[in-house]
Amino acid sequence: MLQGGEVETERDDAHDDRRPPHAVVGSHRIEEAIFGQAFDKNIVRRIWAFVRPYRTNLIVSVAAMLILTGTQLLVPLIIRFAIDHGMQPGSGDRSALLAAACAFLFAISVNFGASYTQEIVIYKMAEKVLFDIRRATFGHLQDVALSFMDKTEVGRLMSRLQGDVNSMQELLETSVFCLGDITLLFGIVFVMLWLDVRLGLLTFSVLPVLLIVRLFWLPRARGAFMAANETNSLSNGALAEAIHGVRAVQSMDRQQVNLMLYDDKARANLKTHLTAAKYAQMMVPIVDSLTGVAMAVVIVVGGSMVMSDRIDVGVMVAFLFYIQRFFDPIRSLTLQYSIMQRAMASGKRLTDVLDVKLEVQDKANATVLTPEMDGSIEFRNVTFGYDPQHPVLKNVSFRVNPGETVALVGPTGSGKSSAMALVHRFYDVQKGQVLVGGYDVRDLTQKSLGRQIAMVLQEPFLFTGTVFENIRYHKAEATREEVIEAAMAVGAHSFIVRLPGGYDAALCEGGSNLSLGQRQLISFARALVANTKILVLDEATANIDSYTEMLIQKALVRLLEGRTGLVIAHRLATVRGADRIVVLQNGKVAESGKHEQLIEMGGLYSRLYRLNHASFDDTPDEQLNTSEAAGYRSEARSSGETAHSCKRFAER
Amino acid sequence: MRLLAPPTAHDHWPVPSNSQVIRGMTKPGNSFANGEVAGSPRGFSTIARITRMNLRQPWLVTMAIGSTLVAASLQLLIPALLGKAIDQTQLAMGAGVSAAATQEGLRNSALVLLAVSVLRGLFTLAQNYLAEAVGHHVAYELRVAFYEKIQSLSFSFHDQAHSADLITIGMLDLEGVRMYFSAALVRTVLLVMLVGVGAHMLISMNLVLGLLALSFVPFVALRSSITQLKLRATWLDLQERLCVLSRVMEENLTGIRVVRAFAAQAYEMLKFDRASKSALGLMHERAEIYVRNISAMNFSFLFAMGLVLSIGGNKVIAGEISVGKLATFLTFMTILQMPVRQIGLIVDGFARASTCGSRLFGLLDLDIAIKDAADAKPLEISDGTLRFDDVSFAYPAAENRPILKNISFEVRKSETIAIVGPPGSGKSTIAHLIPRFYDVASGVITLDGQDIREVTLATLRRAVAVVQQDAFVFTTTIENNIAYGDPWANAQRIERASESAQLHDYILRLPAGYKTVVRERGLSLSGGQRQRLAIARTMMLRPSVIIFDDSTAAIDAATERRIRSAMQLFAKDRVTIIIGHRLSSLMHANAILFIENGEIVEHGTHEDLLAKGGRYKALYDLQVRAFDDMLPNQEGVG
Repeated sequence: MLQGGEVETERDDAHDDRRPPHAVVGSHRIEEAIFGQAFDKNIVRRIWAFVRPYRTNLIVSVAAMLILTGTQLLVPLIIRFAIDHGMQPGSGDRSALLAAACAFLFAISVNFGASYTQEIVIYKMAEKVLFDIRRATFGHLQDVALSFMDKTEVGRLMSRLQGDVNSMQELLETSVFCLGDITLLFGIVFVMLWLDVRLGLLTFSVLPVLLIVRLFWLPRARGAFMAANETNSLSNGALAEAIHGVRAVQSMDRQQVNLMLYDDKARANLKTHLTAAKYAQMMVPIVDSLTGVAMAVVIVVGGSMVMSDRIDVGVMVAFLFYIQRFFDPIRSLTLQYSIMQRAMASGKRLTDVLDVKLEVQDKANATVLTPEMDGSIEFRNVTFGYDPQHPVLKNVSFRVNPGETVALVGPTGSGKSSAMALVHRFYDVQKGQVLVGGYDVRDLTQKSLGRQIAMVLQEPFLFTGTVFENIRYHKAEATREEVIEAAMAVGAHSFIVRLPGGYDAALCEGGSNLSLGQRQLISFARALVANTKILVLDEATANIDSYTEMLIQKALVRLLEGRTGLVIAHRLATVRGADRIVVLQNGKVAESGKHEQLIEMGGLYSRLYRLNHASFDDTPDEQLNTSEAAGYRSEARSSGETAHSCKRFAER
Repeated sequence: MRLLAPPTAHDHWPVPSNSQVIRGMTKPGNSFANGEVAGSPRGFSTIARITRMNLRQPWLVTMAIGSTLVAASLQLLIPALLGKAIDQTQLAMGAGVSAAATQEGLRNSALVLLAVSVLRGLFTLAQNYLAEAVGHHVAYELRVAFYEKIQSLSFSFHDQAHSADLITIGMLDLEGVRMYFSAALVRTVLLVMLVGVGAHMLISMNLVLGLLALSFVPFVALRSSITQLKLRATWLDLQERLCVLSRVMEENLTGIRVVRAFAAQAYEMLKFDRASKSALGLMHERAEIYVRNISAMNFSFLFAMGLVLSIGGNKVIAGEISVGKLATFLTFMTILQMPVRQIGLIVDGFARASTCGSRLFGLLDLDIAIKDAADAKPLEISDGTLRFDDVSFAYPAAENRPILKNISFEVRKSETIAIVGPPGSGKSTIAHLIPRFYDVASGVITLDGQDIREVTLATLRRAVAVVQQDAFVFTTTIENNIAYGDPWANAQRIERASESAQLHDYILRLPAGYKTVVRERGLSLSGGQRQRLAIARTMMLRPSVIIFDDSTAAIDAATERRIRSAMQLFAKDRVTIIIGHRLSSLMHANAILFIENGEIVEHGTHEDLLAKGGRYKALYDLQVRAFDDMLPNQEGVG
């Protein structure tokens, strides 16, 4: 028997209904607050900035709302008038009745117009504001410092752009409806008191009861709703995980355990929802009973007042109508209260994003970099760190002359990628200067800088769309011929034409229907179409099959022809092909020169070279024999691999 | 006009206002659910099936319907009680009934009214709560069934299904089915009761006034149904457009470096604006449809009320009816208008339950392609020999494109076999056939003489483990991730596995060590670390057959070598299969299979194949050439 037997016994004693100690499905907790304060002045002010352009619409809507509320209040009054003046039993006044009918028709026509205007204006405006806020947030994200984007999950930003922005829309609609409800409430109170003060006051005596009950109900109900919300997200999260990770689940035979764990979550979800439903309905009998009490009061007290001729029957009827609607605005106000709270929490998160500083900005008099520049790149005493206390690059200087290819090599964490990012001014240097075409990058407009430098990233990123569109991403005006020519030059043509649809083949999300090597070639073609004087390239590290690898190597040579190239090289073949090699170590230039020179010098490069790894990055620290390395590294960015090496060192 | 129509827009307008699931909505055309399963409109049988599911809570259902009927009856009493009270006061004034007697009468009416109101409130509570409860119970059952189904559907299904579609079914469609009882069924009962009995009462009181009072009903019912169906139709379209918008945003944010590198912000904003405008346009259209309908419904209702008032007023003057009767009619109308306006929602509730239900049931009813045979026995491993006997295979979606043709080989315990070949040659498919992620088209795969189709899946998959190239990271602690296949394992075993996979040192550096929570997305584990996690995870399973499916591509050669040496002891008791590109890591295998176009073209040891001078030799030369001018004093790649 293999060790399988042992596994079995272990499983057997584990099955005595003990929960597995190392198993969960889905995440444990919800990470974001759902409710905030109901009103936050700062946030309201920020949102107002988005509403301001539409303030005329807002005024129209509010005006229509006031008119609407007026007609709503008027209807029972017209009924009262018709009863008291038009239908005295036996001796009715038909003209008064006709007048009442006309007034009624007029009121409902106005009501129709006002209701239409109020709602359509506010809905459309809220939708526009929603899109404006989303656009502003999205646009802001296009310009914020990459250091922010680096540490923020895309999913989180997406929930800003979707959920949070949507609650802003709700907020706007709700505020107008809220205002409407408050006006209506006060209107009813006013009209009832105007009709008869004593009867009115007596009717309102039920209000304090309602308020007190609500006071007890609200926090408990809110707790119940939040719990339901939370268990719902948790069980949905677990479901999403099961869908995405189904292959892992099946290959490790975890279905039974997972189902058991999921059942717990689904049960908890059921329980909290039942509780929430209970709380949601609890107010119904209370409001109904209070309505009953109020009506009973009007019947008994109002009835005797009618008999003693202190009020007309019509007033009593009007009271009964008002009471039936009196609680509606109160009910919807409570509903709106929690929408407000949710919106404030969303608003807070949105303003947090909108407030992320733009660290890299064009100067007021920034120069436009033209294609006529000489195409050189120069680093002058550059010091840079993501965290200013721990620079990743220290006093780095080197120059890439026009038309030259320079390979940047060095172990992981040596600062190669950071150097590359600085050429594009993704970040600003702390000290020193980065010059492109002889200009300090900080004196150039970011747009023109981007247009004059083509970049190939380590992980080729393709957009949904056709192959054609992806290749001309950098140059939207490129013709089909240019695109095909570029694809041929990098050796991508042959596989592209074999795709269903050829150049018009649709790429799935991130180009997942292509292999990594193929994606790489397309990103090369993209850079070739851009046809810029400068090319910055980060070679892929992952192992690509040898066939595609060969294609890529050939394409690379073609790509660098006649261009200034700064290449982060991982493959020895690429390094050999460069005009010059700059070796970075711990953020410093350790050595530079041609391959032969460096080999002769017998320094870091020759050691890397002799170690005979397919890629320089592979080289573990201990094989470099530089004790200095460990010290610096622990300061450097705590990349996983780095951390790994550090630990090894510490153990020695 | 909310004096008479209290519900806010949110009750009427099925916009998923705060829905985080807005992206990945049902996409007509590319979802399997739309294509095969829900293609035939089996509306009625779906509704019947949901109703049957509801009936599994017979007590809850009975009580919910009972409460609805009682609550509706009580509500129908209120207009008459109010009218009676008004008439009592009027009579007292007109016909000189003694004040005391009237007072007495009024007090009685008030008490009855109060009692009716309180009872009605209680029964409404019961109605709403019980209806919700029925729905939630159904939702719970469906949720668990859906989860179980998703977990057991085979790879060939998941290859074709979009995960976004599955999520839509499991969350939104399930909601549609859950809401059926409370939004469609109970409301229908309420409506039929109120309109039916109410109409009878009104008409028997006064034919003309009764008909007038009910005149708004057909109009509003029709309008609200048509509008809801219109909104429903545009809803899918809107989801589609919002989906495009989300995709534009998400891709932009994921590829922000490319966008910046090419200074394409302006172009991206253009893309955003285009997607955004198209969605906004449709939202405006929908708002227009909705608001126009609401206003028209209000107007028709109020117009009918005006007619009742003026014609009824004339009747009062003519002495045909009393003021109290007129008030009864008017109150009836206000009671009726809510359920009548909700007809649209009821129609929507049925439509939604039927489409959502047919999608959901379509999935739940799917056959599981790969499951235990009826007489499946547990797998028994004795000497651990894996055999492929004339195996051919094609993916179910493309059956005329054979991926593997007549593959035969044998591996024994402690042996390692390596599989190489150009991309797309079928290497990974071999890895997927052994744990039965797919079934062979012909031929047979045996483990110690047992056909893998005749043993239970659970024991087979425990015995055969595939180390995937891209390990799925579950959002939980790294410890739980390693112990994923053996959640009862003790800490020492977990540590030993991660040591062998060269992951231990890294984990100790994490803020909470083994208890650190890692996640699928975000910046936590690099590609190489994920692959090492996959290796550790697989070692925990103690499989009899371990397959590395190109699973060290992102691990550097030195680390890989350390992993291999740490795993030597482990490999002694198992069959090891290595699929990969890097020849240095697989040249020491006992046998190497070179696969091309689904066939074994070469088979032998490294030395055999080099001597043979065929495809393997060519690949070897290709890999070595890149470096050989740099390796003057060393031989080979090792």
